[in-house]
Amino acid sequence: MTSSCWHAEFKKLMWAYAGRRIIYAVPIAIGVTVICFGLVFLAPGDPMVNLLPPDASPADAAYLRKLYGFDQPVPVQYAKWLLRAVTGDLGTSLQTGRPVISEVGRALSNTIVISLGAVLLAFSLAFVLGTLAGYYAGRPADRALTAVSVVGVSVPNYWLGMVLIIVFSVELGVLPATGMGSAGSDTFSLFNWEQAKYAILPVITLSMVPLGIIMRNTRAAIAEVLANDFVQTLRAKGLPETMVIRHAVRNAFPQVLAVMGLQFGYLVGGSILIETIFTWPGTGFLLSKAILTRDIPVLQGAILVLAMCFVATNLAVDLLQTAIDPRIRRA
Amino acid sequence: MTAEFVAAAVVLAASTVALPAKAETVLRVAMTAGDIPDWTGQPDQGFEGYRFVGWSLYDALINWDLSRSDVEAGLTPGLAVKWGIDPANNKRWVFELRKDVKFHDDCKLDADLVVWNIQRLIDDKTPGFNPVQYSRHRSRSINVERAEKIDDGKVAIYTKTPDSFLPYNVSVWYMISKCAMEKANFDNALYAKAPAGTGPYKFDKVVPRERLELTKNADYWNPKRVPKHDRLVLIPMPEATTRAAALLAGQVDFIEAPSPDTIPRLKSSGMRVITLPYPHNWHYQLNFVEPPFNDVRVRRAANHALNRAEMVEMLGGIAQEGYATYPPNAKLYGNPVKYEYDPAKATALLKEAGCHPCAITFAISTSGSGQMQPLPMNELVKAQLEAVGFKVKLDVMDWNTLLDVSFKGREKYPQYNGINISRATQDPPNGLLRFVMKQQWSPNGGNWGWYENQEIEDIVAEAMRTFDDEIRDILMTKVHEIASREAIMLFVTHDLNPRALSPRVHGFVQAQSWFQDLTPITIVEGGK
Repeated sequence: MTSSCWHAEFKKLMWAYAGRRIIYAVPIAIGVTVICFGLVFLAPGDPMVNLLPPDASPADAAYLRKLYGFDQPVPVQYAKWLLRAVTGDLGTSLQTGRPVISEVGRALSNTIVISLGAVLLAFSLAFVLGTLAGYYAGRPADRALTAVSVVGVSVPNYWLGMVLIIVFSVELGVLPATGMGSAGSDTFSLFNWEQAKYAILPVITLSMVPLGIIMRNTRAAIAEVLANDFVQTLRAKGLPETMVIRHAVRNAFPQVLAVMGLQFGYLVGGSILIETIFTWPGTGFLLSKAILTRDIPVLQGAILVLAMCFVATNLAVDLLQTAIDPRIRRA
Repeated sequence: MTAEFVAAAVVLAASTVALPAKAETVLRVAMTAGDIPDWTGQPDQGFEGYRFVGWSLYDALINWDLSRSDVEAGLTPGLAVKWGIDPANNKRWVFELRKDVKFHDDCKLDADLVVWNIQRLIDDKTPGFNPVQYSRHRSRSINVERAEKIDDGKVAIYTKTPDSFLPYNVSVWYMISKCAMEKANFDNALYAKAPAGTGPYKFDKVVPRERLELTKNADYWNPKRVPKHDRLVLIPMPEATTRAAALLAGQVDFIEAPSPDTIPRLKSSGMRVITLPYPHNWHYQLNFVEPPFNDVRVRRAANHALNRAEMVEMLGGIAQEGYATYPPNAKLYGNPVKYEYDPAKATALLKEAGCHPCAITFAISTSGSGQMQPLPMNELVKAQLEAVGFKVKLDVMDWNTLLDVSFKGREKYPQYNGINISRATQDPPNGLLRFVMKQQWSPNGGNWGWYENQEIEDIVAEAMRTFDDEIRDILMTKVHEIASREAIMLFVTHDLNPRALSPRVHGFVQAQSWFQDLTPITIVEGGK
């Protein structure tokens, strides 16, 4: 087969695979909308009590319930919400009166700032350290590096966040403790140090759990690949160790990539604790406020958008894995 | 010539160095709220919203005098210079408006504008009617029938029944610019981009959920309250440790409610931690229908079981012992029964009531507005009650769920013998009457556990028709004493309203109120 034929065949297979995965994503998305709509109604409490004074009458509560459409049966509310949601209208926040789509969009972009930073930090460190641990599996270097991953997974990140604030903000005074700077998120840029420094502590805190998880997975994958017969063959052929590691990494990468994708999805979902500690106005901060006040439109909209992000991330990872590893494509 | 030129240049350069442009002075406040309070009129986020946003951007016809620490804050003329009941009609209040007051957008305060501001919160046909603010303001507006212009400088407000307490409700009824609303085509979202009040600060900019920035209104009608700093930045920061860290790191200058464990660290770093009694009550509302709290002996036993000094010690001194609905500094305190810590008497009362061991269940929250440190405080109360013969179950829920329990009342939630929701006791209707009047039985009002007492009903009916403040205060004091005698609550503590200030902050006068005036604050760089 010539090179151009191979490329054409590859593209065809990739498109077919991508199309299949996108079609699979549709029922997942519908399932997500049903679950995210239904879940918020299962929680105890009443969204109206946060809008009313403590001694408001039942008539006032009924007035508001009708105004917001909460007096209708849940399936009717769901159908109306879904029809609006497919046009990009996720309703209006009960608490702020602002469109949910703009509330969620702003929060999501803020969370992406720190999750992207955390992803880059965690992925790069975890991949290097995990590869080293896998290569030296069973030896003291492996044990030392594995301890790092155990710490990453075990240390409660809200505690770590507070410790980092105390050390770097309060004691040393080198990094800010909270927020996104004096201009807020409106003009935030990672390329401006005066603003970017606000993201450093949240990024470090957020990166610890994925660092530990990805490192452990990388270690296991590398160690497994290195135990294969083909590695013995490579060594027998006199290939230098750096080349052996390169082959091991290439073989282990698709497996690690899947874990990375999952972790990125979790990070984009925001961390209620970390974003609250750092007063970082992301999706976690938004969700915690919406949960406490039973701001149902915001909850439904935020969960939907985040779930879709998660589905999209997994889809992208699947496609990437397919591009990297022809065995998956053939399967 | 050259020498003169050089000399002139040197003088000019020196003068430039000697007179640098005056830097803008900024006061940055970390609020406990999780979001920026609504800045378009009636705020949300409880009284914190009124404290920082309401009283900064707006005025009411009647304001609160927040200029002193040594007395309980009271009402003072705001956009009305005088007010009183119509001698010929005890359901008609007359307000004489302040002259020459302009809104931040140059709109003029007049009777038409005031009438519109009253009507927009009670009548859904008035342009600018806002259902959320209507609902939020309902407990203040429920007895208001309508407003009417008498002439350009006078307005009448009609109540449905005689209501001597109306001035308290008017005192949180903010006047917004009708011109700004008209410009926004009565669209609240558009108005939010350029709101205008008459308050000591003007709106500058907002980053939703992050910060609200206000600037000094140099033309404020009350020269005593023109801010002594240029800019006020309000930042929602719900986590107490984060607020303390932000203050220590120099990111903010003024924080609300530092937690007790951070106070020693704040003090040792040169921060000023201030506390003052204010009208706050941390208590349990009781169920008067189901046993055992339908028996006054059990209610008294519970009150005698509490070692409030131990509670205050646990809170690091940021509270005072609570023996009645009002704290002792309140003008309506009177001479209530003091339920001293007496475990032997408590046990004896329980035995006399035939409830020993006495099983009770309280609904409590993990956090919430004014709830202080609800989990450890409830645990301590439980331990103290159990030491005298109660068997206490704490049903822990989140704040919204507890509000729902409170809202729907004991009839819907008979499994609870009490609920732990702290309350503001700033004015008699909200601080006292809603807990004791039959008209307020849940779900129609704040009397969660359906307390009923004809003696109180008679006194309150008289008070509503009594327009002499002094006589009415005597009647309210009597109600407070009866409520205490009847042990209508399990009284625990009153918060001391701690806040911590950076050394840069000078001139703040903490008022004995839920509201505070930030305008006297000066910012001194490197200040001690």
